[in-house]
Amino acid sequence: MGFFVFKRFCTLLLTLAGASAVVFLVLEVLPGDAAQVLMGPDAAPEAVQALSIKLGLNLPAMERYWQWVGGLLTGDWGLSYAYSSPVLELVLERLALTVPLALIAMLLTTVLALTVGIYAASRHNRWGDVGLMGLTQIGIAVPNFWFAILLILLFAVQLQWFSAGGFPGWREDALASLKSLLLPALSLAVVQAAILARITRSAVLDVLREDFVRTARAKGLSQRATLWRHVLRNAMIPVITVMGLQFANLLAGTIVVENVFYLPGLGRLIFQSISNRDLIVVRNCVMLLAAMVIAVNFVVDVLYAVIDPRVKAGGL
Amino acid sequence: MPLLEVENLSVQLQTQRGPADAVRALSFSLERGQTLGLIGESGCGKSITALALMGLLPEGAVLSGSIRFDGQELVGMMDGALQQLRGNRIGMIFQEPMTALNPLHTIAHQVAEPLRLHRGLGRQAALQQAIALLERVGIADAARRAHAYPHQFSGGQRQRITIAMALACAPDLLIADEPTTALDVTVQAQILELISELVQERGMALLLISHDLGVIAQNVARMLVMYGGMVVESGATQRVFAHMAHPYTRGLFGARPRLGALRGERLTTIRGSVPELVDLPAGCPFFERCPLAIADCAVTRPAASELGPSHQASCLRLEAAAATAPNAGAPV
Amino acid sequence: MNKPVSMAARALQHRSFVIGAALTAALLLAAALSLVWTPWSPYEIDMAAKLQPPNAQHWLGTDPFGRDVSALLLVGARNSILVGVIAVGIGLSLGTGLGLLAAARRGWVEEVVMRLADFTFAFPAILSAIMLMAVFGAGIVNAIVAIGIFNIPTFARITRASANVVWSREFVLAARACGKGPWRITLEHVLPNIASVLIVQATVQFALAILAEAALSYLGLGTQPPQPSWGRMLAEAQTLLFQAPLLAVFPGVAIALAVLGLNLMGDGLRDLLDPRLARKR
Repeated sequence: MGFFVFKRFCTLLLTLAGASAVVFLVLEVLPGDAAQVLMGPDAAPEAVQALSIKLGLNLPAMERYWQWVGGLLTGDWGLSYAYSSPVLELVLERLALTVPLALIAMLLTTVLALTVGIYAASRHNRWGDVGLMGLTQIGIAVPNFWFAILLILLFAVQLQWFSAGGFPGWREDALASLKSLLLPALSLAVVQAAILARITRSAVLDVLREDFVRTARAKGLSQRATLWRHVLRNAMIPVITVMGLQFANLLAGTIVVENVFYLPGLGRLIFQSISNRDLIVVRNCVMLLAAMVIAVNFVVDVLYAVIDPRVKAGGL
Repeated sequence: MPLLEVENLSVQLQTQRGPADAVRALSFSLERGQTLGLIGESGCGKSITALALMGLLPEGAVLSGSIRFDGQELVGMMDGALQQLRGNRIGMIFQEPMTALNPLHTIAHQVAEPLRLHRGLGRQAALQQAIALLERVGIADAARRAHAYPHQFSGGQRQRITIAMALACAPDLLIADEPTTALDVTVQAQILELISELVQERGMALLLISHDLGVIAQNVARMLVMYGGMVVESGATQRVFAHMAHPYTRGLFGARPRLGALRGERLTTIRGSVPELVDLPAGCPFFERCPLAIADCAVTRPAASELGPSHQASCLRLEAAAATAPNAGAPV
Repeated sequence: MNKPVSMAARALQHRSFVIGAALTAALLLAAALSLVWTPWSPYEIDMAAKLQPPNAQHWLGTDPFGRDVSALLLVGARNSILVGVIAVGIGLSLGTGLGLLAAARRGWVEEVVMRLADFTFAFPAILSAIMLMAVFGAGIVNAIVAIGIFNIPTFARITRASANVVWSREFVLAARACGKGPWRITLEHVLPNIASVLIVQATVQFALAILAEAALSYLGLGTQPPQPSWGRMLAEAQTLLFQAPLLAVFPGVAIALAVLGLNLMGDGLRDLLDPRLARKR
């Protein structure tokens, strides 16, 4: 088991390295002279030159890459051009919103999807199944930001139970802050839950066809006992894989949803930085998002080994 | 009172082309400690019979007739009551050992499961008994290997494990559905021997299902030959092998390739192929392939005729069949 | 009793396919119609007629600038299809090309291509698009390119997986034994056999492209004014939720129906084109 985790950890590092290369390439090398970009096309060449040197852009690309990576690891994330404050501080502030949002959304997704998926599988081809799967088809087709707007329309405009956006801050009003995250989390969750529910149902149906389920029944187990003790654990394997992949989509979704609700989270920071041409912030935030996704997938991989003994054997 | 008494059992399945009778008017009985074999090709209804006895038929299956186990009527019994019999008084082992075990549970857990379910044993006690069972079925170093997972065992070993599971609660009846078909030949013999030993040792009744004449010949005292969902011939194994009365039985025996046959001798086959369940004729199911069929065979379902003590066959053309010299007379 | 049923007959019996195809056809018709006729011009601003609810003249009402909503939706359909077609086209051509290359060459070429494709799981569509936009700026062209680039690894992965299966089959071995080179084999044998998988994937990616463009336009990074875009209509509508809630409903319904239609059609195609792929659902 230890060796397996070590191997997976090496893969994690490699993937992180690769992702950082991609991010660096796209957001540092490609834009060309970042100083020019920041100052605009009409700036005086000397000023651009000065800023260039200040930002360290006169150094060769490889060196800049290592400087950047080194900075990321030691906590020096640079200075935001637009906000004139250290990027790390900005990011941590925003994370305090985005991470709880993502977690709540993940929780809602899991609960909804597993309930719907397992129920639909148990009512295979009957009205419960058909109806629920129809709903999931619609769920997949609905853009998350539109669903968010509809939620605002219903709950904020019509019913006035929630505000249409904004975030008081944890220190100021923890309860209201939590409340302000509910609608956003729900809009993120619904689409992901639709996808996951279909996968769950499919996984459960696949496992129900396996021989060992028949063996369990032949031993005298009831349908329900068979489901809980034999089917679900096996069905969770593909489900957890997808959940890991969905985390990426969830984080990406926060970029849009935070804008819908005017939430000062990481997604909104990225978006605003793009408008401000503040490439340093964009670069580091994108790297952070990618790193979070890669880390989550690493956890999923390890979870695999915990759940499925065949994986540890190295056979799979 | 016989342990198992099946009377006029019929099973209707839902197929893609409509409802089909998989088993028709099946009747047999089994006393305690007796062995009975069920032989036939794929699609003859033998596995469905086994599933019907356990109450594990697929959805949409319609069961009629009577199955009495130790006096209790199983047809129409609620699943809750059937659960108390399965794995407890009736044990079953299946054809595919490679996929019969849950890959995520240890074999100790799986063998102990019926013990905990039906005998209410605690974890430790169940574990001890499970280890003892595993030892009995021939898993070496059982105490240690009990905590291993199925993928760490070979096909033959997995079948031994499923046997241990089926016997855990000392059932009165063991149903073995093609237990050796998926195994290598050398392992087949070992598994069959193991089953025989255990059956004798524990005084269980055995219902052994196979398509292999060799398996049937050496392991059961009585046998039923099935075709198209019906029993076409039944009797003591030795008698059936010696005096194959039904044209299908004869065809089945004749179709075996034999060592020592003359070079150039063509294999005898039964002409045609097994029809789909929905296409079976109203009369004798073997009608379309039978070399001795007459017009009447298509419409009249032959009743069982007594051919001797414990030997019956259902055919309208028994005398004609007896007149034709059999291709193979002696048991294997 | 078992006569083979024609593909068309099977298609018409398949519920998902029929609904999906109908919705997709409606989408295409709307786009085509917008080329020749719209009830009003989607560009004409008429402040006197602003924010009208649905009525006889403006069937779905008007937006804050007095533009007819139904006209905007029709031209928006054209926009969405454009994005879908080009983006999927980029992904399909380049991605499939890479995948075929990887399957034909094997060895380190395959490794490199697949490692690159694997990285992309860390960068979901929106993120990749935003990265590219940060560098190259906003606008529909950049949006299409960004979405298209993101499609490439998806098609590469699925092409390579399916192509590998075909390469290992006996008729390909036979062709190789006859001396056929890898390019001819790819074109004559591999491609036709994976075509159905690619078609299904293309419909799925088309739907995803529409969703991605809508999100980007909502953020203001995609289609720029005055070009109508369903996503941007939603952004404008959000500021007016109290005054004209319906403005936020129609464009979203359009997006949902378009995506739903494509998804259903893709599901149906999957079942029809390769029954082996059709799992019992």
